[in-house]
Amino acid sequence: MSIFVDDDTRVVVQGITGGEGKFHTEQMLEYGTNVVAGAVPGKGGQEVAGVPVYDTVDEAVDAEDADASVVFVPPAFAGDAVFEALDTDLDLVVAITEGIPTQDMAKVNKRLSEVDTRLIGPNCPGIITPGEAKLGILPGNIFESGDVGLVSRSGTLTYQVVSNLTERGIGQTTAIGIGGDPIIGTSFVDALEAFEADQDTKAVVMCGEIGGEDEEQAARYIAQNMDTPVAGFIAGRTAPPGKRMGHAGAIVSGSGTGTAESKIGALNDAGVPVGDTPNEVADHIEDFL
Amino acid sequence: MRLHEYQAKQVFDDAGIPTPASALAGTVDEAVAAAEEIGYPVAVKAQVHVGGRGKAGGIKLVEDKAEAREAAEDILGMDLKGYTVERVLVEEAVDFENELYVGVTMDRGEGKPVAMVSTRGGVNIEEVAEEDPEAIAREHIDPAFGMHPYQARKVVYDAGVDRAIAGDVASILTTLYQIWDDRDGSDAEINPLMVTGDDEVIAADAVLNIDGDAMFRQQELAEMQEDGEFSESELEQKADEYGFDYVRLSGNVGIIGNGAGLVMTTLDLVDHYGGEPANFLDVGGGAKADRIANALDMVFSDENVDSVVFNIFGGITRGDEVAKGINEALEQFDEIPKKVVVRLAGTNAEEGMEILNEDLVQVEGTLEDAVQRAVKNAEEVTQ
Repeated sequence: MSIFVDDDTRVVVQGITGGEGKFHTEQMLEYGTNVVAGAVPGKGGQEVAGVPVYDTVDEAVDAEDADASVVFVPPAFAGDAVFEALDTDLDLVVAITEGIPTQDMAKVNKRLSEVDTRLIGPNCPGIITPGEAKLGILPGNIFESGDVGLVSRSGTLTYQVVSNLTERGIGQTTAIGIGGDPIIGTSFVDALEAFEADQDTKAVVMCGEIGGEDEEQAARYIAQNMDTPVAGFIAGRTAPPGKRMGHAGAIVSGSGTGTAESKIGALNDAGVPVGDTPNEVADHIEDFL
Repeated sequence: MRLHEYQAKQVFDDAGIPTPASALAGTVDEAVAAAEEIGYPVAVKAQVHVGGRGKAGGIKLVEDKAEAREAAEDILGMDLKGYTVERVLVEEAVDFENELYVGVTMDRGEGKPVAMVSTRGGVNIEEVAEEDPEAIAREHIDPAFGMHPYQARKVVYDAGVDRAIAGDVASILTTLYQIWDDRDGSDAEINPLMVTGDDEVIAADAVLNIDGDAMFRQQELAEMQEDGEFSESELEQKADEYGFDYVRLSGNVGIIGNGAGLVMTTLDLVDHYGGEPANFLDVGGGAKADRIANALDMVFSDENVDSVVFNIFGGITRGDEVAKGINEALEQFDEIPKKVVVRLAGTNAEEGMEILNEDLVQVEGTLEDAVQRAVKNAEEVTQ
């Protein structure tokens, strides 16, 4: 079992004719993902890596029966692309694009509350169910099918923790990068809820970072609703206040909210052990299994 | 991007928000001439991107020409929390009875804009928010519709603003939201919004910060940035040129990596193993060899750095490109100025390891080992 994506997921790639869109379509196909269509305005009728391209997401869905999309559209147009996907009634939209203006995302967020579609991202590496499907840019070869769910705000940190797990022979049910922006679709709580409901997920890794209060909310959710054990990691313990650490969302405000200390404290209070290093997170997971 | 007070006031004034008479001055003579023109009393205000300018001595109220000269001499060129003051705003001092706060920002928890009003203006609003959150009235805005007129009235009444001026304050708030919306604001604030004895309402300070990701469609403001930025450190300017996410810190272990979360983690591990990070440097996804070489060049040019750790976990970044970039950057030296520890994992890491010139760097297989070695290298330099 898995959450959100599996080998039945049928994917349309928005922005498939761009450099990144093309490269990662090839990678996704190679991994075994059912990439069934591309959507790029003005490029209908072309083919990329054997995948037919349509002018609109609507046409792609009609013709190829897609139920999910991956967005590789440049930031200035990505908000519009996500709207197009949401208005086409897909089950899942994964927005990889980094640098979408926050006000565009506020409007997307409003639309999300009106539709049943799940959005992952933006500014994220995507989602992978090892051995079945990957939607995004995660390097498939470091994942292994298994019992552990993983949810993270950061891409490369996900790879680090996954490799710590895989090296010990601990595989994953599904791994999700939810993205480092201030406004995102799927939250920690959404992902944790899905992992809790998934019978094959025996333990969960949650990798957070400074900024916002999503990790604190997740801690409250874990304390009240989860039987599946969770181990955590929080990046940015040494970050000074007021400085943005790469991700638009990763900033400790002047008044001290969003600190690593607050997040680690909340998680510990919820019974979640937090590793000092990625390797220690894998230690905790090993103890759970 | 943060606008200076004088720039934000220009934007606010153009949109119809009343601001005091003012003029920008870059020299003492210009400041004195402006003060004479405006008429006393005037405030002389440092134009730098730091909070708490008043407390730090960056704002002075003056009553005559001699005082104006003295204040301008004191403030121009002064160091304010690490920034050199290059310009002052000379501004009519408003005789006020009350100070309000109005602001618009993005509530990231809700994913919606929020308008805020308080009768406790003139002080640090973040402190008010912490000590007495009830003192700030808030109204969330649906970004699809914008702020309805009733919402502006509601939040103003909720804050307990005097009825005589409530209409004017609501109208200023409506304009402020419009500016925030049109200009891709992250924060737009007036603190204090001064209320005079004649019930006039005037924006005595102005904050307008713009979403950096939206600069591509805010050309007019982007040009202001080129005019207004003097004080960024040389290294930060260099990082801007190269397009790196870079933050300079106070330690001596230089850090280069890919992806914000992993770079932050590398910083944290340097601290965990007893070292002190000198910087945060994220080369971003898919960096090619020349970008990697630029990153090394940047960290080498920081005189605080005693050793460097390079931590790459390739997803879209390829190990062979990283290795080429490291070789390229290091082969130009007869003697490598600072020891570099490299850890490569992920996409094409094996190909990278074959390319990497191991005479020039120290190679470690895990993140933990790489960080510990770099910390040790830094300790050897300082001993």
